[in-house]
Amino acid sequence: MRYLPHDAEDRRAMLAAIGSDSVDALFEAVPPGLLLDGLPALPGHASEIAVERALSGLAARNVPAGTVPFFAGCGAYKHHVPASVDHLIQRSEFMTAYTPYQPEIAQGTLQYLFEFQTQVALLTGMDVANASMYDGSTAAAEAVFMAHRVTKRRKAVLSGGLHPHYRAVIETLSHYSSHEVVALPPGPRQDFAGVIDGETSCVVVQLPGVFGGIQDVTALAELAHAQGALLIVVTTEAVSYGALRSPGSMGADIAVAEGQSIGNGLNFGGPYLGLFATRDKFVRQMPGRLCGETVDEAGKRGFVLTLSTREQHIRRDKATSNICTNSGLCSLAFTIHMTLLGEAGLKKLARVNHANAVKLAEALAKVPGVELVTPQFFNEFTIRTPKPGAEVIDALVDEGVIGGVPASRLFPGNADLDGLIIVAATELTTSADRDAYTHALAKVLS
Amino acid sequence: MMDMTTKSFAGESAPTFTGNRALQIEEPLVFEIGSAVTCGVDLEEPEAVESRLGDMERTEAIGLAGLSEPEAVRHYVRLSQKNYSIDSGIFPLGSCTMKHNPRLNEKMARLPGFGDIHPLQPQRTVEGAVRAMAELSDWLMTLTGMPAVALSPKAGAHGELCGMIAIRAALEARGEAATRRVVLVPDSAHGTNPATAALLGFQVRPVAAGKDGTVHIGAVREALGDDVAAMMLTNPNTCGLFEPEIAEIAAALHDAGAYLYCDGANFNAIAGKVRPGDLGVDAMHINLHKTFSTPHGGGGPGAGPVVFSKALAPFAPLPLLKLEGDAWTLVEDSPAASDGAGEGAPRPFGRLVAFHGQMGMFTRALTYMLSFGADGIRQASEDAVLNANYIRAKLRDVMSQPFGDRACMHEVLFDDSFLKGTGLTTLDFAKAMIDEGFHPMTVYFPLVVHGAMLIEPTESESKHSLDQFIAALRGLALAAREGETERFKGAPRFAPRRRLDETRAARQPVLRWRPKEATAS
Repeated sequence: MRYLPHDAEDRRAMLAAIGSDSVDALFEAVPPGLLLDGLPALPGHASEIAVERALSGLAARNVPAGTVPFFAGCGAYKHHVPASVDHLIQRSEFMTAYTPYQPEIAQGTLQYLFEFQTQVALLTGMDVANASMYDGSTAAAEAVFMAHRVTKRRKAVLSGGLHPHYRAVIETLSHYSSHEVVALPPGPRQDFAGVIDGETSCVVVQLPGVFGGIQDVTALAELAHAQGALLIVVTTEAVSYGALRSPGSMGADIAVAEGQSIGNGLNFGGPYLGLFATRDKFVRQMPGRLCGETVDEAGKRGFVLTLSTREQHIRRDKATSNICTNSGLCSLAFTIHMTLLGEAGLKKLARVNHANAVKLAEALAKVPGVELVTPQFFNEFTIRTPKPGAEVIDALVDEGVIGGVPASRLFPGNADLDGLIIVAATELTTSADRDAYTHALAKVLS
Repeated sequence: MMDMTTKSFAGESAPTFTGNRALQIEEPLVFEIGSAVTCGVDLEEPEAVESRLGDMERTEAIGLAGLSEPEAVRHYVRLSQKNYSIDSGIFPLGSCTMKHNPRLNEKMARLPGFGDIHPLQPQRTVEGAVRAMAELSDWLMTLTGMPAVALSPKAGAHGELCGMIAIRAALEARGEAATRRVVLVPDSAHGTNPATAALLGFQVRPVAAGKDGTVHIGAVREALGDDVAAMMLTNPNTCGLFEPEIAEIAAALHDAGAYLYCDGANFNAIAGKVRPGDLGVDAMHINLHKTFSTPHGGGGPGAGPVVFSKALAPFAPLPLLKLEGDAWTLVEDSPAASDGAGEGAPRPFGRLVAFHGQMGMFTRALTYMLSFGADGIRQASEDAVLNANYIRAKLRDVMSQPFGDRACMHEVLFDDSFLKGTGLTTLDFAKAMIDEGFHPMTVYFPLVVHGAMLIEPTESESKHSLDQFIAALRGLALAAREGETERFKGAPRFAPRRRLDETRAARQPVLRWRPKEATAS
């Protein structure tokens, strides 16, 4: 077995040093009769060649996004990742390190986390960001719980433009924590009048919304603040920060996001990374790890994990969250990619995304029967087709095109939305992709 | 740079002009070396279009700093060189399981058929991915002897949440959610256990371990009542011991109408040797980054699938895996009430995450399982236990064991009584290990042991590696006994940083870089 260093002689010598006649004697505390002889239902060990063959066989039964004209988004986006990013995150010292609990020999991890926190705070227009959460959806739920702690209230109001999986995560955790959730009906347009009241802890709105629409939330922030509630802005497409006004500039109290778009592949939904940023005054109510600057005994600048009295390993049942990890390596990929882009690169990347989406939307809107539902958008928009979206998307697969996400997949049982398809373009969308989509869509709808 | 030319040269302890020490190179923050105009990514010019951003267009600067590719590569390579990692040496953090990360796993996870597929693309274009999830599920259920598994939890603590919500959902279905509000947690448990219980509104009732470091049925019976929903028990426990009475504890809980949640952080000690299902466990998370070697990545991402007993299986969260004919599908929504709600029918408690979980970790873990096979997984558990006991046997005369000299599982626990009278603490001892070229063990955990030092070598260490490690610890233990206080108090001396001031970091938090003029205000 290539991964196990001991040979029989090593094991014998070590047992002798221990003073034990067998390894099973070391398992003496196991209740009688429950020590297994083996697990015959499972196969035995296999060579690297054999394993590679098995996994490659499974992988071959999937259609990678990079091999077809591809337009699915809704919280996960097909972006280009520079080659140096994946190379750097696979360096042993990053990939095979643990949480930086011994800071003197973990400054590499800690310093990039400090850079990451700074980048996220800048992008969101907030004061402070944590070292990342599991993903955007869990970050959104943590934001709601944080708002409850800050306001000492228990009711969250969710926009119908919020990704339904995010809504579901918030609803699940809220239900089992006995917190209240008011979710507005899904749709590109939202009306919060009369919903936000003195019991409301927070209003959760997504920008761009799950249908791709974008709108100013400054007035909504004022409405929330007038009732003593916080505004939480959720973003599932982090590239949009390069083109859109930041959540902080519009009055958000907490900004959370899915950071996958920067530096991370699609990976069928994970691992991703949650971004989490807020105002300075709320920092002690934040969930998750935080990296902070300090000095060592010789007076040199260094970094450590800090404010850990918020966390479960110190506070146990009084902690701000049960979270015990961040999304380390994914946040490193984000940091490196963001460093490669810089201010100029991110803004240009965002412009390319927007231009490609506008071109695509205009082309699709010319297909007979297709209507553009979201007039203002960043790189994702919604179209209405005369046939059910799920049928259209399925028929497009036969034409070799993955044409987006039918709203019915995200909002099953909602007949009003059945004709809608949510379509994303990125810097990887070519004019040939666009042409392939419009031709295929015209054929499918004819 | 300092002016040192007039002073006599102080030899190896002399400062250098740069602050660098050969391969240890000081590296500024990216914001101190990059600029707003530098860019390490060449993009094609956008096509000319009429903007559809309306009044939402960003007009303000962001404040980001960019680097060209060579600068960025050098910056992050230099940072990486300030880290200790498993690839460079034994990483004996107890309870964390730092085993070797096979590179084949990385290669497989990066196959475009796994790495470049979208969670919401049509299911008939991802059949292989769903089948990989089903195969992983099968391994997890078979290894644990449990009939159901939820793959979506993103980490161990998230798995705890998943398991405990399933317990609440089951209690709701029984109409007992309002009355069963207490969760029993031994005081040796990971902090995540009480934090998870509290998050769900449960009241935590501590259960004290016995003098031998394990939980006894008598203590559990005393704490049990009609108000108890569940017990959260780690097995093997955080003292590195198998809980010998766990089967009786499970039976007592079940008799009282409560469930047993097992924290599976230490499953790597018993995988292939004991099935938690045989012990009476109702739910257990499995840290794929521990037992199945997905990389820790400096703090994540993890993955924490949860296996369920028959009693809890119906409440497993969305998405569910379903076999239709010979094809596996993902069920993303709750079955309609009309689909039949008989006993055992799925009644998912909801959704824990967007999408389907940590696919990138599933492919790595499945690669590990196929590589090791059932026999290799069993051998790995045995070697992990053998290695921990070897360290115990070789250090027992110079360090101190809190529960007497007895066999441990995959990790060996020492306390600080061997440092009594030396004026040294566990932290001093740990920091001196850094100068010897080792990452310290887990310190001050579990909390039930004074000055705890929890050593987990894993099966990845050769006898040669263990002997080096043991020799270093023996040397340090003897030096401590002989009063070489300075060696410890000043440690680490040779790391990229001396001891860092954590109190200052917490009292005056500086959590991000700010431009100089802004910091002055």
